[in-house]
This record gives sequence, C-alpha cells and structure tokens, in this order.
Amino acid sequence: MKEFIIRNLSITYSDENESLKNISLEIEARAITVLFGPAGGGKSTFLRTLNRLNDLADLKQMKGEVLFQGQNILDPQTDVITLRRQIGMVFSRPVPLPLSVYDNVAYGLVMAGEHDRRKLDEAVEKSLKQAFLWEEVNDRLKDSAYSLSGGQQQRVCLARVLALEPQVILLDEPTSALDPIATANIEEMLRELKKEYTIIIAPHNVQQAARVADYAAFFLMGELVEYGSGIDLFTVPKDQRTSDYVTGRFG
Amino acid sequence: MRAPGMDKSKTIQAVGFNLLRLVTAITVIPIIGLVVYIVVKGAPAISWEFISAAPSNGMREGGILPAIVGTLYLTLGTALFSVPLGVLAGIYLAEYAKETFLTRIIRVAIINLAGIPSVVYGLFGLGLFVLFLKLGTSILAASLTLSIMTLPTIISTTEQALRSVPNSFRVVSTSLGASRWQTVRRITLPQALPGIITGIILGLERAAGETAPILFTGAAFFLPQLPHSPLDATMALPYHIFVISTQIPGMPIQIQYGTVVVLLVFVLGMNLIATLIRSSARKKRQW
Repeated sequence: MKEFIIRNLSITYSDENESLKNISLEIEARAITVLFGPAGGGKSTFLRTLNRLNDLADLKQMKGEVLFQGQNILDPQTDVITLRRQIGMVFSRPVPLPLSVYDNVAYGLVMAGEHDRRKLDEAVEKSLKQAFLWEEVNDRLKDSAYSLSGGQQQRVCLARVLALEPQVILLDEPTSALDPIATANIEEMLRELKKEYTIIIAPHNVQQAARVADYAAFFLMGELVEYGSGIDLFTVPKDQRTSDYVTGRFG
Repeated sequence: MRAPGMDKSKTIQAVGFNLLRLVTAITVIPIIGLVVYIVVKGAPAISWEFISAAPSNGMREGGILPAIVGTLYLTLGTALFSVPLGVLAGIYLAEYAKETFLTRIIRVAIINLAGIPSVVYGLFGLGLFVLFLKLGTSILAASLTLSIMTLPTIISTTEQALRSVPNSFRVVSTSLGASRWQTVRRITLPQALPGIITGIILGLERAAGETAPILFTGAAFFLPQLPHSPLDATMALPYHIFVISTQIPGMPIQIQYGTVVVLLVFVLGMNLIATLIRSSARKKRQW
C-alpha cells in the first residue's frame, strides 16, 4: 500500500535558497523510507511538506500534488491540524517543550482536547514504553524534560509523537546530536516501529541510511536522483551520482 | 619565545579596563550620590503622620496621604488600560502579524511614540479625554493619558520578550497539532511572561513618576480628601512635588525632600520587583 503519492512537487523559498525540483515518488506504508544526500539537497523541505510544516516557512511557490491516503494535502482546504496529528515529526536536535516529561508526552493529546486524566496517563505510559524510556523516567515524569540526557530527550520527542498514534512518523536527522549508543537505540526502535507506522527518515549519514532503509531516495540539490529499494540503492545504484555519493566520493 | 608586542598589548588592555571602570564609576556615582543626598535630607520628615494624614496649614504641615493614594490610583488606572491593550498588541505583532509594509510602519510608529515628550501627551490628553470626551480633569482622563504614554513600552517589550523565545518551540508545538493560539498560550506566552511583566512594571514606573501628562488631565493642586470616583481629580506625588517646591512660599525644605523620598521609594520599589522577577526567571529557564 502506498502512504504517499507525490507528483511533480516543486518548491521555491522566498530567498530562492533551497528548492525541490519536480519530485515524483510513491512512499510505501509500514516501511522505512530513507531520504539521503548532501546537506541542502531538499530533504528537510520535502519532509516538512508532508505535514505542511512548511506553512511556517517563507515559501514563494509550491506546485504539484502530495496525496496522503488519496487526499491532496497541499489543497488549501486541508485541515492541517488534523493532518499534523496523523503525521508526526521528530527533529534533528531534541527540542523538548519547556514542560515536564509528562506534559511533553501528553502535549499533542491535550491540544487535541483530551483532558481525561486516566486516558492521558495511559497514553503517556504506553508511548514512553514504545520509546523504550519508561523504565528510565517513570519516577521522573514531573521533572523538567530538560533534566534528561540528550538521548533520553530525543526519545521523549519520539514518545510525544507516538502518543498521538499517528500513521506516519517523519524524522529529520534524529540522531545528529546523539552519541553512537543513543543512535543505535533509536535505530533499533525504528525497526520495531515500522511494523505499525510508515517511517520517513532523513538520516545524518550514508551508513545510517544503509542500516535502516527499506526504500531509499537520493536527493541532490533539490532533485530526486534515484529512488528504489534500499538494497539496490546502496549496492547497485543505477545513477553515477548515487554511486559516487554512496562510495564517499563526495558529500 | 614571547610574541613581539605582547607587553605593549597587555599595557593597552590594562589601560582599557581601567578606563571602563572609570566610566562606570562616573555614571554610577552621581546616581548614588543623588539618592543618598535626598534620603539624608528627607528622612527626618518621614513619619507615620507624614504618610497617613492629609496636608494642612497650606500644605506646610501634615502629611501627603492624598498624593500617595492618588499616584496609586493613577498607576492602577494606567495598568487597567495599558496592560491588556499593550500585551495583546505585542502578541499580535510577534506571533500573528506577517512582515509587511503596514507592520513595519506600526513598529516605527511605536518606537516614535516612545520618544514623544511627555508634555505633548499631556496636551493630547487634555484635548481628547478632558475636553472632547468630556471626562473633565479626572483620574480617568489622567490614567488614559498615562496609558497612551505607557503603551509603546509595553507593546515593544512584549514583542521583544516573545521574539526571544526560540522559534523551535513554535515549530515543535505546531508539528504536534497545536493551533497558533494554543502555542502562544501554552508555550511562548508563559516563557515570555517574566520579560513582559518587567516591561509592564518599567512602563508603569515611568507613568507613576510623570508630572506633565497629568498636569492638565487629572492632577489637583490641593485636595485634602481622598478621591471617591474615577471622575474625581486627585493629588499625585510628582505634581505635589512640583507644587510644594515652586508654588508655596515658606515651604519647609524637609517636607519637599520627604515627598521626593516617598516617590523614590515607590518607583525604585517597582524597579526592584521587576529586577527580582527577571533574575528568578533567568535562573529557572532551562533552554
């Protein structure tokens, strides 16, 4: 099943800086799709289009179609708040909200109007367990999320996305600020989560891309150079540029 | 081996630091001197009667209660109008308004408003509130006038305080399905609140100490009874100081200084509260 069908997506920022050029691809549900390539290639822009977070940025032009479960989400009529509850996002640096661990995880649900304490408690516990964090923080739920380590903070950020029970999780270089052990934890978690969620990730290096990818898309300067199964892209790339990047000739 | 010129640059650095110390001392000493001088001269006048009784014998004796109460009312009245308006305008400018020609004009206007001499606000208040809106010289008219004077400070400090909250919080909150107002209410406003409160207090402090804006709009020369309604005129500390130091022959110098001490305590007290709020918030901040 296809979660996203993207057709001829082009984006230009007001300062003409980073853009996407005529991107078309189909993203599989319940699999990990990796977007990789050098910085400035349009990966973040692409991710932020999928949950309409680009609305906060200064866009000059956005053309094309992004079908999410059959609906074109670029349509101005789209209910972006509901959309963002279905498509969660984890950012490159852990950005806990200036609240307690509990309130961070419950944030999305509370914003969606859930005030039943029991349901919130359950959701917080469940998502912290999914993020393999419950054991470490269950006695510190009222503490500030900033009192946790960087790796724990990033798992709080993931847990607060999981609490909303989204269909898709977008991750924008989620381990770039983490040490190797915390990184391995997150990758392990992603493999677990893909059974239930569609995961789209821009990893912060090629090795990570190769480790987690079911499908992979190589972005270079706003263009989608190559897209296919992860194994193909990292072992027998068709495009010379992909091959050069994967083997470390540039990047 | 030492790099050539090392000794020389060290000397220059030492001279520079001492110059900075000197400049700091030059700015601080007059302020401390002024406050000490006034307190020494005025302290003997301070007594329970001084702050709890009305003036008597042509203001040459008795206390200054009506002026204290008047300044309190004027400050509260000013807060009543300027705080909600200023904070909401600041929220709008920081969180909602797009960067357009119009918002740039609004910002320039706010900055310029803050630079207008206070007597101009006084005349404006006389024209608009006292005469045109027929509020008469009253606490209401004076509070409204002071509010207009205070608004730019509150608007721009609110805007600045909100802008100093990292944008990543807004992005994260939005990505979790929060509306713009939810993000403001739950995240940015609570984080900016200490800065906003500081701005409010500094704005009100200026309002409490001003004479010119209330001169034509609400201040009374001598009014021993306390005001009963917002439409009454009132005595006020700054205007009272002006009156007793220029208009009353044979005024005991002690009472003049004593009144100044009371106003100073009032204003510096507000300043102290603002400082405490700011420093405690800074300690609590985690990002």
